[in-house]
Amino acid sequence: MHYQRTFDAIITTPLSLEDVMAGELLWGTTKGTIGCALMMVAISAFGLLHYPHALLILPFSVLAGLFFAGLGLCFTGMVPAIDSFNFPTFLFIMPMFLFSGTFFPLDVLPRWAQNIAWSLPLTHVANVIRELGLGRMPADLWWDLVYLVAATVPLWVLGIYLMKRRLVK
Amino acid sequence: MPPVIEARNLTKRYGQLTALEGVTFAIQAGECFGFLGPNGAGKMSTVKMIHCSSPVTAGDLEVFGMDVRREPRTIKARIGVCQQEDNLDPDFSVKKNLTVFARYFGIPATAAEERARELLEFMGLWERRDARIRELSGGLKRRLVIARALVNRPDLLILDEPTTGLDPQSRHQVWDRVRTLRKQGKTILLTTHYMDEAQTLCDRLVIMDHGTILVEGPPAELVRSRVGREVVEISGFPQALVGFMRERGWSFETDTDRLWIYTDTGEAVFTAACTIRGRSTPSSRPLCLSRT
Repeated sequence: MHYQRTFDAIITTPLSLEDVMAGELLWGTTKGTIGCALMMVAISAFGLLHYPHALLILPFSVLAGLFFAGLGLCFTGMVPAIDSFNFPTFLFIMPMFLFSGTFFPLDVLPRWAQNIAWSLPLTHVANVIRELGLGRMPADLWWDLVYLVAATVPLWVLGIYLMKRRLVK
Repeated sequence: MPPVIEARNLTKRYGQLTALEGVTFAIQAGECFGFLGPNGAGKMSTVKMIHCSSPVTAGDLEVFGMDVRREPRTIKARIGVCQQEDNLDPDFSVKKNLTVFARYFGIPATAAEERARELLEFMGLWERRDARIRELSGGLKRRLVIARALVNRPDLLILDEPTTGLDPQSRHQVWDRVRTLRKQGKTILLTTHYMDEAQTLCDRLVIMDHGTILVEGPPAELVRSRVGREVVEISGFPQALVGFMRERGWSFETDTDRLWIYTDTGEAVFTAACTIRGRSTPSSRPLCLSRT
């Protein structure tokens, strides 16, 4: 893993491992936001986004980016080797992708499955983006925001802890 | 003047494994201090604790009079580290590797450009400034890592096995640069498992094995006090010679077909050995740290 070796060099400068991890998290967030902006341009071309509400998707994508960057760092800190990155992808990311209300409405699912779906972070992200994109701002969007903020903070702390455990010997 | 590095009873454990067991040493400003020892002797653990990348298990370790546990940032701002493995950033060009690294020390971009130019010229890499890292040979990469370690004008330069895996010509180029830096009065900490490297570059060194320091002193003095001034080498020695050596109580060593006699009076031993050499060929030479 050549990234780890580059880290080894960076932490001999005044920067600490925490600084490097925070940098990685912010870069992950930045990539997420850039991706979101590009998608917004594409979707706007089809006239599917309702402005000005849809502009709020951009700052919201920063929050979503922070969350998923933290999740990614936790996986990086946990997987035994780079080949095992398939496990979190297949066991978590893929099912979440399908059952987050991105491709079909959650109403068609049985009640228990809906509960599981609402425990997934992507469901909340999809919900906020859909509502804003359609030009709506119902009050219960706040709950999605609270969920994401409350989940992001511990993920960052855990991710940095796991990476320190992995890299500092 | 207080020592640049002072370690007292420094100990490092990785779980059950003890890598370093109560080591004490001090490195003075302006000297080139060597850690000589085989792989697994504890050199790397010592170095990693000095540049604050690995926590101290027990004992005290002060760099520039500061505790490594308390002030890692201040300490790291004043040292330059050349690690064993090439951990250059493969995404950047040669020059960019230096300028980006300079930014980690908070050096302004224009000053970083100037310093990169200065260091690349010093290391003979200026012509290759736009090359990608993977296009460089092992020797050039190592020179770039050393240049990068100098980017913050460090008060202490740490070279962790700087010539391991290099061809003889590249080794000599690296040695030449290290000697120049030593002449400029830079404090250098060098680890190596090459005896000739320790002998050529270090003012003072310690020999380590199994996490402890075996001996300490200037290279020439270590040889003189521990072994003798000269060595007589006899290849294809007759068994009779071994008995002869034991009789005289001379210190010697053998492998399958060679015998070495360590002595202060090479001439006499050489003559004596010649009298019972059989068909073997003795040769005598002054002793240095490396034997082969």
